[in-house]
Amino acid sequence: MKICVCLKQVPKKDSILRIAQDQKWIDERDISYEMSEADAYALEEALRQKEAHGGEVIVISMGPERTRQSIKEALAKGADRAIHLDDPIFEQATDAAGIGRAIAAALKDEGCDLIMTGLQSDDHGFGQVGLIIAERLGMSSATIVMEVQIETGSVRVKRELESGWFQWVRVPTPAVLTIQSGINQLRYATLKGIMSAKKKELREVKAADLNLTADDLKPLQSIERAYVPEKSKQTEFIEGKPAEIAARLVEKLRFDARVF
Amino acid sequence: MMDFELNEDQQQIKRTIREFAEAEIKPHVTEWDESQHFPIELLPQFAELGIMGVLFPEQYGGAGLGYIEYSTIIEELARVDPSVALSIAAHNSLCAGHIFVGGSEEQKQKYLVPLARGEHLGAWGLTEPSSGSDASSMRTTGARSDGGWVINGSKNFITNASFAGTTVSLAITDRTAGTHGISAFIIERGTKGFSISKKENKLGMRASDTASLSFDDCFISDANLIGEAGQGFIQAMKVLDGGRISIAALAVGTAQGAYEAAIKYAKERHQFGRPIAEFQAIQFKLADMATQIDAARLLTLRAATLKNQGKNTTRESSMAKLYASEVAVRAAEECVQIHGGYGYIKDYPAEKFWRDSKLCTIGEGTSEVQRVVIARQILRS
Repeated sequence: MKICVCLKQVPKKDSILRIAQDQKWIDERDISYEMSEADAYALEEALRQKEAHGGEVIVISMGPERTRQSIKEALAKGADRAIHLDDPIFEQATDAAGIGRAIAAALKDEGCDLIMTGLQSDDHGFGQVGLIIAERLGMSSATIVMEVQIETGSVRVKRELESGWFQWVRVPTPAVLTIQSGINQLRYATLKGIMSAKKKELREVKAADLNLTADDLKPLQSIERAYVPEKSKQTEFIEGKPAEIAARLVEKLRFDARVF
Repeated sequence: MMDFELNEDQQQIKRTIREFAEAEIKPHVTEWDESQHFPIELLPQFAELGIMGVLFPEQYGGAGLGYIEYSTIIEELARVDPSVALSIAAHNSLCAGHIFVGGSEEQKQKYLVPLARGEHLGAWGLTEPSSGSDASSMRTTGARSDGGWVINGSKNFITNASFAGTTVSLAITDRTAGTHGISAFIIERGTKGFSISKKENKLGMRASDTASLSFDDCFISDANLIGEAGQGFIQAMKVLDGGRISIAALAVGTAQGAYEAAIKYAKERHQFGRPIAEFQAIQFKLADMATQIDAARLLTLRAATLKNQGKNTTRESSMAKLYASEVAVRAAEECVQIHGGYGYIKDYPAEKFWRDSKLCTIGEGTSEVQRVVIARQILRS
């Protein structure tokens, strides 16, 4: 069983976020980064499946130099080797289409039985990268996965639906699974794991290695404006007889404020 | 050339231990302190992480790391709960450390390997009711007997004593030879004539187990004598050179925890219409804490670096331990002060850091003894 886990490095949860000057994204200076939470669960699930069925766990991540910290953490936790898409051209890929295209290109010849990733990232939260990889590689897919049972030639997964409902589906392998946070208990890297991580293969891949150009990765969508939710306060005085005021208030509460 | 940054692996270790301590220890700190509960249930997790044998080579079941990594681990544990850090430090530096420093290959295989793997906890017995730093006034004796030694006496203030599977203890085997008449023995839990008594009810470090050891005609075979008879004191001094680095790291972590609690509270607490962190009286306290903690950490990491290089660190270990422990007490006290009334009650972490910090200026040699050691070193040359 060859399992690949797609990891994204995102700003740490307790970061104090400031909007960047161009108002397109957050100011990334002075921010610490960590593995996106759902991806951490995807990695844990992959490691558990490997421990149960044997095989190999490969991690892949796209991002600047700092991304290596999260890649090395994955290696320290038990992944066997890593692929780092590190090239200024990849920084063009700011939407799910570009990220999915680059990762799919890098995994094309790996022959993975399963590709796992978090159901969405903690920063952009598009929730699409996994599916785009599946489409590009012609693999089946299942989203919001809560449990994974590996069978011969297929995988049985429990998907989370709305309102506390679940669904079991069987998908043929190779397949992409997008994993829900909290489906297992995350492990800690061990001292031995941390020390042995540096002996593991960490392959750096450039855009040219994948025959991708900046044009290929040009975003199909862009962020218009990033801003902190704006609060505004308006006070309106309703005048008239008490009965009229009450009727008007009920109307406002129902149709404007929509509180009932 | 000096590099003041932890390397990539060391930073990863720091993050991992912090993550572990925040998730597995922090939620229970107050409860363990109140009930004096030592979290022995975490031993398998400590073992899995690899922190029960940080300094020992892999062939002895350890992680094969150095003193920088070890100090970082102890600091991060202490930042969340100093008493857990104390138990881990006593296990690593003192008990397992003594067997590593002076034990035979056979003793290392038999005792160090399970200790380093975290199969059980270790304790170390030097202090007695009437002898602390003046080890030569020790009363516990080891009398020569056929094929071994008969130990009589008692040890007190022994960290981890109640839970230890392996204990290293010192005893006088030749009263006429002074400190050269002291020997070290490995004692297994359950050995006839060896018992644990009186768990201490302490001011701080309450989640760390402290109890007394009693030896009543306890026979220990020659196979469990560490090194040769009479070498125990010299071995112990070497063990303490390393141990003091870990107590320094423990003090730095305690101070860091108190400092972070103080900063958090100073930003949250409003008086006279603004956060108290905006008042210079509070800012100066925080600035002093930050500066002193940095200085303490640098002294600790210098001793750790020299120790890694195999140099004699008696002076540097004592300086780090002396300074860091006094910084811990000061920082914890300022943390209480910044918290005001809330610093005096148990709903906030301030008072616990204060109580815990005081151990650092006492354990493994008081501040006064550290000054004696340092003075001896600097006047010698």
